[in-house]
Amino acid sequence: MNAQDDTIRFDGVPVPFAPGQTIGGALSAAGIVSWRTTRRDAAPRGLFCGIGVCFDCLVTVDGARTQRACLVAACAGQDVRSSDPDEPLPLPEASHD
Amino acid sequence: MSSSTARADVVIVGAGVVGAATAYFAALAGLSVIVVERGSIASGTSSRCEGNVLVSDKEVGPELELSLYSQRVWREDLAEHADLWEFESKGGLVVARSASSMRALADLVAHQRTLGIRADMIDDIAGVRELEPYINPALAGGAFYPDDAQVQPLLATHQLLRLAREHGAQVRTRTAVHGIRTTGGRAEGVETSAGRISAGAVVNCAGPWSGELAALAGVHLPVLPRRGFVLVTEPVPVTVHHKVYAAEYVGDVASSDAGLQVSPVVEGTPSGTILMGASRERVGFDRTFSADAVARIAASGLGLFPALRDVGVQRAYSGFRPYCPDHLPAIGEDARMPGLWHAAGHEGAGVGLSVGTGKLLAQAMRGMPTDLDLAPFRPERLEGVMAA
Repeated sequence: MNAQDDTIRFDGVPVPFAPGQTIGGALSAAGIVSWRTTRRDAAPRGLFCGIGVCFDCLVTVDGARTQRACLVAACAGQDVRSSDPDEPLPLPEASHD
Repeated sequence: MSSSTARADVVIVGAGVVGAATAYFAALAGLSVIVVERGSIASGTSSRCEGNVLVSDKEVGPELELSLYSQRVWREDLAEHADLWEFESKGGLVVARSASSMRALADLVAHQRTLGIRADMIDDIAGVRELEPYINPALAGGAFYPDDAQVQPLLATHQLLRLAREHGAQVRTRTAVHGIRTTGGRAEGVETSAGRISAGAVVNCAGPWSGELAALAGVHLPVLPRRGFVLVTEPVPVTVHHKVYAAEYVGDVASSDAGLQVSPVVEGTPSGTILMGASRERVGFDRTFSADAVARIAASGLGLFPALRDVGVQRAYSGFRPYCPDHLPAIGEDARMPGLWHAAGHEGAGVGLSVGTGKLLAQAMRGMPTDLDLAPFRPERLEGVMAA
């Protein structure tokens, strides 16, 4: 069995996971405890509640931003990226009425 | 049951923002103060709101006067403490969706300016986009109120009480009032779960429960709850820069409709989450989640900021605005029962009006002339008025 079948990619780096493990679980097991920072003080953040209610463990998964790592199941080949708090939302186009 | 008796010049029932502000100004004025709270500090409406300090949404009349006065208290009397509660003069932006709404808004702004409110029309959507790049480009225009501000309501309540304690006030949480002592038609104190407190003044700051508290003294105060929800989005980079709301909001605040009314209010926070309101409905003290109210708030918010369509909602919370049938708070000593004072019924403006209310009450309790005439807010005006 190819070891890559049981890895996600976190910021480009392969991270193994056990069947049924969440992304947050896989990252923690690999010793990765922080994957985003706070907006004002750039303090490190990762898992906090672990049960999907605090919204501290946010990651981008396969392009979908603001996913809770503690809830999303790890799947082979997932592209997981640490959140970039400074990427703004796309601006609306001017109305052409 | 404890049989201890405490004494103070003033006993304040309710440790929400209005009770906290009253405690602070009374203690500052040299009165001995005991605050009793059946829950914990700010555990009522004050922990379930946005912390608005607005002048833009007030109807002309006594409430607007109180609003302007209370703004000055936040900005001047309490200037040195602004950082304690994250006072932010972010400004309010009212947006209109049609030419006819714009005309009505222009009339309102012209009138507000004659009353001393700083406001400027923004005649086209391009001007609005300069203030709010993410605003719906299909809207017509708006008006900007630079003096609309925000505080963090939990911090404001806790810090006002801390400052009150520094001036000698005592705060007793987890202490319920189950009786108001009267002698010869005069209030003399309260009976609590931790004993009796005798006081020259009992101040009813019980928010939406003010009617129940007044009833302990046999006094009619028709304060009812009006439920509102707030949505909190996931954190995003700063997208909304001011408090933004639709021109129809003022009408909703002033309405007496019992059914669900929703008008959009959207604002950002320093941490990146966006708060969305506002709903109003009369459902008693029903705390259950309303998917209808939350969905309608989200939909109306998207009418202002369609760019938020794919932003997730992290949670929603609800609270109960305390309102009186004539939409004015009850502030002052109750002529029907001397010794019983009320500071209640501020509807959705409790935070903004709290410090003005507290300062005026402290003046009145000291027997001094009040900076504003409290007659329009006299509690006894509500005698015989049914809660509605």
